[in-house]
Amino acid sequence: MDELKLYTWIAVGGTFGLYFFLAWWARAGSTSEFYAAGGGITPMQNGMAIGADWMSAASFISMAGLIAFLGYGGSVFLMGWTGGYVLLAMCLAPYMRKHGKFTVPEFIGDRFYSRTARIVAVVCLIIASVTYIIGQMKGVGVAFSMFLEVEYETGLYIGMAVVFVYATLGGMKGITYTQIAQYVVLITAYTIPAIFISLQLTGNPIPQLGLGSTLADGSGVYLLDKLDQVVTQLGFKEYTTANMTGYVEMFAYTMSLMIGTAGLPHVIMRFFTVPSVKAARQSAGYALVFIALLYTVAPAVGAMARFNLMNTIEPAAGQNLEYAERPQWFKDWERTGLLQFEDKNGDGKIQYSADANSNEMVKVDRDIMVLANPSIANLPNWVIALVAAGGLAAALSTAAGLLLAISSAVSHDLMKGVLMPDMSEKNELRASRIVMTISIAFAGYLGLNPPGFAAGTVALAFGLAASSIFPALMMGIFSKKMNSKAAIAGMCAGLGVTMLYVFQHKGVMFIPELKYMGGMEENWFLGISPNAFGSVGALVNFAVAFIVLKATGPAPSHIQEMVDNFRTPHGEVAAAHDH
Amino acid sequence: METSYWQENLRLILICLAIWFIVSFGFGLLLVEPLNAIRLGGYKLGFWFAQQGSIYTFVGLIFWYTHKMNQLDKKYNVEDE
Repeated sequence: MDELKLYTWIAVGGTFGLYFFLAWWARAGSTSEFYAAGGGITPMQNGMAIGADWMSAASFISMAGLIAFLGYGGSVFLMGWTGGYVLLAMCLAPYMRKHGKFTVPEFIGDRFYSRTARIVAVVCLIIASVTYIIGQMKGVGVAFSMFLEVEYETGLYIGMAVVFVYATLGGMKGITYTQIAQYVVLITAYTIPAIFISLQLTGNPIPQLGLGSTLADGSGVYLLDKLDQVVTQLGFKEYTTANMTGYVEMFAYTMSLMIGTAGLPHVIMRFFTVPSVKAARQSAGYALVFIALLYTVAPAVGAMARFNLMNTIEPAAGQNLEYAERPQWFKDWERTGLLQFEDKNGDGKIQYSADANSNEMVKVDRDIMVLANPSIANLPNWVIALVAAGGLAAALSTAAGLLLAISSAVSHDLMKGVLMPDMSEKNELRASRIVMTISIAFAGYLGLNPPGFAAGTVALAFGLAASSIFPALMMGIFSKKMNSKAAIAGMCAGLGVTMLYVFQHKGVMFIPELKYMGGMEENWFLGISPNAFGSVGALVNFAVAFIVLKATGPAPSHIQEMVDNFRTPHGEVAAAHDH
Repeated sequence: METSYWQENLRLILICLAIWFIVSFGFGLLLVEPLNAIRLGGYKLGFWFAQQGSIYTFVGLIFWYTHKMNQLDKKYNVEDE
């Protein structure tokens, strides 16, 4: 066994052992502990747990790669996935915490005094969370197969087993403490390579500052200026100004991600774990601090990875790398098929340019940028091992949070709330563990047989949350008069419009043959891509709800009193108005 | 009494969301081209807001809002235990 593999097994094995220990130490004994960790988590702890919950395999592995190739256009992910926390802290979390229930559908059901509203919310939640979880399960399988050279399937089974043990045992309480540990692992794994690379390239150890510094080669040229120059010479768009398809698209995309973030149930749920309204506000602040640590480093990782890649292939204009002399990491990634070279002009050298006819780097998968970054920069093996453990921590922590959101929606909202209101607490706890087991098996099955639509579904998760859950919560809190009919009509309209638009351009259930208007950009409404359409869906939701409200009259007075109650931090928690 | 607590809260939220909008959608997107003429070290200013500055502002905003709300809770005597 070579050194790298040994280090990787130590890093992965050691962190997994820690997760198991924490799960056993903090196992749950009651439904309150299982769903909301007994309400006894401090804001700082909760902030870290939210950070790990939120930052998935997509944030850890894919985002910097996206930014590396999109340049300025990648900013939509940076602003979109952080800006939502401002909305959570001010517009949603404190009031939902005050209301004092376990789940998002329960809040919607109470506020809109309607079982139908609760069931609609459960459906939105399950679709959004299941689509999200497929990506995490795939991430676990890929990370294992890449770093430890076990089969993808074996990696997936190991991941399922680990999540199963600590999620079913500990519920929210166990998951919270595990997520805190996972946050520490993933942020260390992300920043250490970034610090090394920033130091190498610019002499500044802080990546956020390194990105704005001059190169360490004595030329006195700024890193970003040099990068702009290198990429434009090869015909690519200038890095610092490269747009997506336009500012309307970027605007809509950023807005969709922001309000989608604020509407994702597995994130909101975490605010029910703190002891007070004050603590809910604070934990949103801490969460964003911990998230910002990764999100402000990511643009540096992206730009520096692109810079290193370009420099390896063409160290100086016209002096292209001989294919026969390519470095080891190049060969490693060629083996996975994620990097492909084709010697089109037969000169034995690598030409990489924006011109499809002469470009010989026929495939450079974006996802490899973070994973290959340490080897491209010649970092020591223990750093590479750390990245493997970090990627797994990111995928596992998000998967566990999503599983908890799904199982609580089924056992608490559907079974206890609608089908079997007389269920005892002990039985409910047992039911939620069973539901979680089934969810893990289902997620694993989807990871083994990824449906054709897997790639398009993360966008759908955000679109759904943005167009259905977020507006319903906002109106429930900020409009006292909003009634059940209007809210349900709004949710269905927002959801419907968004799903229709996504299916129209990506195919019904993402089967490409079934797209009924073609995926062509010419047909995009105002140039907005399906991924960015959640913001339009949200507008439709608000508009429909207020029109229906005009026609049906305000909510009953006891509901308006309940709204007054959860708008103020002190006093009794409202009694449930179940019908 | 409770209405004015809520109204003061709404005013705070509006101020915060205005700043939230200006640094991200304003400086980072709509005004990015004119701002890019200004430099912040190696960063073009608009680019910096889009990839760094907006995020720092978000963090500051939440803590400022939390601080103000704690004061407001005290002023109206509506703190939770």
